[in-house]
Amino acid sequence: MSIRPYSLVGFIHVVAIAFGLSLALLPAKAQIPSPPGATPSPPTPNLPTSPEAQKLHGIAAPPFPAAPDKLPLAQLKLPPGFKIEVYASGVTNARSLRLGDKGTLFVGNLVRDKVYAIVDRNGKREVKVIASGLDRPNGLAFKDGTLYIAEGTKISKLENIEDNLDNPPKPVAIYSDFPNHVSHGWKFLTIGPDNRLYVNVGAPCNICIPPPENAQLRSIALDGSDAKVVARGIRQVVGMDFHPDSKVLYFTENQRDWLSEDAPQDKLNRLLHPGADNFGYPYCHGGDIEDPIFGWGHSCDEFTKPVAQLGPHSAPLGMRFYTGQMFPAKYRGAIFLARHGSWNKTNKIGGDLVVVYLNEDGTVKAQEPFMTGFLQNNNYIGRPVDLQQMPDGSLLVSDDYDGAVYRISYGNGGATQ
Amino acid sequence: MRRLILALAAAGVTALPAAAQNVQQRLPVCLACHGSNGQSQTDGVPSLGAQQPFYTTVQLLMFRERMRVADPMNEMAKGLSDDDLRSFADIIAKLPAPKPPEGPVDDARMTRARALVDQNRCNFCHTPNFAGQDNVPRIADQREDYLVKALRGYKDNSRHGYDTAMADVIAPITDEQILDLAYYIARVR
Repeated sequence: MSIRPYSLVGFIHVVAIAFGLSLALLPAKAQIPSPPGATPSPPTPNLPTSPEAQKLHGIAAPPFPAAPDKLPLAQLKLPPGFKIEVYASGVTNARSLRLGDKGTLFVGNLVRDKVYAIVDRNGKREVKVIASGLDRPNGLAFKDGTLYIAEGTKISKLENIEDNLDNPPKPVAIYSDFPNHVSHGWKFLTIGPDNRLYVNVGAPCNICIPPPENAQLRSIALDGSDAKVVARGIRQVVGMDFHPDSKVLYFTENQRDWLSEDAPQDKLNRLLHPGADNFGYPYCHGGDIEDPIFGWGHSCDEFTKPVAQLGPHSAPLGMRFYTGQMFPAKYRGAIFLARHGSWNKTNKIGGDLVVVYLNEDGTVKAQEPFMTGFLQNNNYIGRPVDLQQMPDGSLLVSDDYDGAVYRISYGNGGATQ
Repeated sequence: MRRLILALAAAGVTALPAAAQNVQQRLPVCLACHGSNGQSQTDGVPSLGAQQPFYTTVQLLMFRERMRVADPMNEMAKGLSDDDLRSFADIIAKLPAPKPPEGPVDDARMTRARALVDQNRCNFCHTPNFAGQDNVPRIADQREDYLVKALRGYKDNSRHGYDTAMADVIAPITDEQILDLAYYIARVR
């Protein structure tokens, strides 16, 4: 592991210390009195007792992007005929991707404060910062020359941004009626076929009864007026897209932590009844498990079921329908989605791209891995976040761990680069 | 006294152009407040000894980028290169770990706080001996006043972590419990 000085390998190598030992670390005088030989009190329900599980913690991306020659391209595996290359490196904490009308790729941040613009001139790419000092600018959308940015507590816009990349104005706020919370406080943003913004307001916790203004999806007019709640009972969304034919909104949803190693399943949802659908949080998780605390008196049957389960704790984020011509025909109309990868699981899963095939009626026919390899020996060497289809049908993928954007192409599509 | 040290620190920064200062030159200014033996004797200033280098690098980065605002650290971190941040973090990690304060310990309070530690799983991410791991800082035997300040900062959202872990756990914790937790962590062995 020569990529970065502070790798996660060290974390795995930390010698396991038994849970019971922690009491022995107290100063002698402060120990909880108990009879000799007594077994320690049982932990609170839902707290894991295995030392491996007790070491689990959110995985912070390295503070600096990986050098171009250290990016893990060689480890990434794709179906035959596909090729992956670096589209741009040094894009610290690269998150959501959006393409401008004139070919500019916009990239958002979560743990950093910037929005980047990547300009491609005949394959030579320049990364520019077009906004900084922002508050978790994770959500981006683009329409008619205007870039919309969803931060922690507001949505703002940059008009005619592609004509002003070297001297961008400050973003102008258009909507700010969001609760301010750190936990799941970041947003994903898209624009629907109805020309309205769609944005999530996450649950302000891992598991709790959320305030009424949280755990929902909202639809807002492009000028920031006329906000409506279109879906409820949603813990956190970091990816959504509209079906190209039916125009139905599909979105990934991340489910609660600390329930168990293999539950609950993260979800792919679709919104068939805007304004009416409730997806179950905090009462039902994964579409099939009632919460051990909040689920009493509820049934998962009360809530809208997911169209697919995407793996426990796997953290599905960006998802896009593929409508391009470059990839083989079977991928047309399928969903490509990025699983950022689990943290709250001792045997990690995810760190890959999955392709989900749909039936005519919009239900899921099958899902299969598309690109794997970010997860090596239970450690991440990269973590995919969002996808963007390019006009030539190639697919871009952001990686917030290595601070890079990759390009996936098929057949001769790769030869032009 | 603290004001004097801060003034000296600020003078140390401005007396030399950033480019002319390497990590070794700047280090005495840092340790004037943070303590040369890993243990801070300055009110509200954390002990740095044996701190996790990933965590220190990230905090210095956040000071440099003004993602974490704390006088005089933003000024101190100005102009540092990414390599400088890593070098500081590596040097600090090798300083001796801080020691708990002398004096009598309130056993009842320690017992009460230990239950809070277990309930809130502080010993998961921070590890059972609170030495931390990766981006999770060492908190064992940190200054009590600094622990209170840090926890209150997470609670009122004035301090943002590099990730959301602390915001998630701090939500249900009351100010009274913050005082107990800080008392315990500052004295844990």
